[in-house]
Amino acid sequence: MTRPDHLTEPRWVRGLLLALALGFLVLFLLVPLAAVFAEAFKKGWELYLAAIVEPDAWSAIQLTLWVAAVSLPLNLVFGVAAAWAIAKFQFRGKQFLITLIDLPFSVSPVVAGLVFVLLFGAQGWLGPWLADHDLKVVYAVPGVVLATLFVTFPFIARELIPLMQAQGSEEEQAALTLGASGWQIFWRVTLPNIKWGLVYGAILCNARAMGEFGAVSVVSGHVRGLTNTMTLHVEILYNEYQFSAAFAVASLLALLALVTLVVKNLVEWRGARPDTASEPMEAVAAPVAARPATA
Amino acid sequence: MNTASVMATGATAPVGRQRNRPGVLPGFGISMGYAVLYLSLLVLIPLASLPLKSAGLGWDGFWATVTAPRVVASYRLTFGAALVAALVNLVFGMLVAWVLVRYRFPGKKVLDALVDLPFALPTAVAGIALTALYAKNGWLGEPLEQWLGLKVAFTPLGIVVALIFIGIPFVVRTVQPVLEDIEREIEEAAASLGASRWQTIRRVLLPSVLPALLTGFALAFARAVGEYGSVVFIAGNRPMVSEITPLLIISKLEQYDYAGAAAIATVMLVLSFALLLLINLLQGWQARRGGRHA
Repeated sequence: MTRPDHLTEPRWVRGLLLALALGFLVLFLLVPLAAVFAEAFKKGWELYLAAIVEPDAWSAIQLTLWVAAVSLPLNLVFGVAAAWAIAKFQFRGKQFLITLIDLPFSVSPVVAGLVFVLLFGAQGWLGPWLADHDLKVVYAVPGVVLATLFVTFPFIARELIPLMQAQGSEEEQAALTLGASGWQIFWRVTLPNIKWGLVYGAILCNARAMGEFGAVSVVSGHVRGLTNTMTLHVEILYNEYQFSAAFAVASLLALLALVTLVVKNLVEWRGARPDTASEPMEAVAAPVAARPATA
Repeated sequence: MNTASVMATGATAPVGRQRNRPGVLPGFGISMGYAVLYLSLLVLIPLASLPLKSAGLGWDGFWATVTAPRVVASYRLTFGAALVAALVNLVFGMLVAWVLVRYRFPGKKVLDALVDLPFALPTAVAGIALTALYAKNGWLGEPLEQWLGLKVAFTPLGIVVALIFIGIPFVVRTVQPVLEDIEREIEEAAASLGASRWQTIRRVLLPSVLPALLTGFALAFARAVGEYGSVVFIAGNRPMVSEITPLLIISKLEQYDYAGAAAIATVMLVLSFALLLLINLLQGWQARRGGRHA
């Protein structure tokens, strides 16, 4: 849509604004992204591959995948349950509950890690009990999972709540009057309506789960080959001045980020979020305009 | 759990509209119960450990810990750098949103998608990439130091650069939908009443995007205050000079000063709460503003 002259800026102003905006994006987004790949391949393909197939890197990749595979379903179940309760029912304190669900977004990742050390660490409340039973949470894999669960906690709920609120519950009520059971309503009516919202929330949750650094760094203890996730492995390599290797592993995470962006845009293009296509990926509770009811 | 019991009584209490049940659909009890239980176990109870642990210090000990000179210097740096970065994002975020909504240029779709990169890219990756770029021999660090005598990496300026990066999407993504929704007729009306283009922008467009702009600013600020991954690599981490508060928590933890770490974390938690409240108020304002336009 081109605008008539009186509804837009003079040509030179448009050019200037465009140049400034593009300059900013190139400088702060494209150049850092390019730097990751440039540094990764600086010393050639062989070193790149060697850095990735090296045993410690490989175990870090496996742990990262494992942690994401555990956190994703747990937060998915929570997200659906919370969205069902909040979107389909009226009760007091609803807004307060939504605010509490948002809380992990505004807590520093370091604080998120710290709370689990305070609870489960050797000095923590449950520390002595855990030690007696020979269980290890902090500086072990369970701590990494807990910290990841905490920081990725709101993603799916935050995506589903406005979506299901906008959809209302007329379709579910119709199913109910036709004699459907609760599970039938959920699987046959609700789930098909929210599936793209679920995919959207899940892909964001997954990106954060695989990329979390601060929270995981506090609870992991950095045991190579055991409790190191990919981001922690990147940190260790970097601090040991193995820059090419650090950037090689980092480039895998950058690829994950690019894949996430592509899938996110595909989901938006599928029309799952027609009115919120350009909402930030987190922490914004902008009201969602009512979607046309799909028959 | 106190909050949980509040929620539970809130759930079973009769609500308006002459109905005692919260709704006709099944599954309220189980979904609500599960959500509140999961929230309490994973988020609320763990967070409650912060004030409880720092209470062990006593009020005087707590106050002495959170106002120690090194800690105060870290607050000043963390909040100062976050404020500067959020201000830069306020200006450029508005500009980017404007350009993406109003102008046509090649590669627009790709750039639009890339705005979310800071959310998708792990912070540690951003941290090492920015450090490599702005280091003395980096692509950007070398010319900056040679021509302008400006050191970015391992100085507070580097922290600001990292915080600008992670804050980019917030302002853009809050302002963009609001700009898209502004009807052309409003601008037509202003122009036909004799307003210059600048007057239309300042008096008509800017007031409508102001709530969204401030929400984006507050979100970027809140995120920047707690940021760790992208900052630690580029900051240099010298006490009193370039040490951010989250890093200070980690160094307390490494010295086994759990109560001290919890005390500083409690201060950060209270500030996060305050910011979250402010953001909720701003979003309420934005929703009402949006309603008036629709």
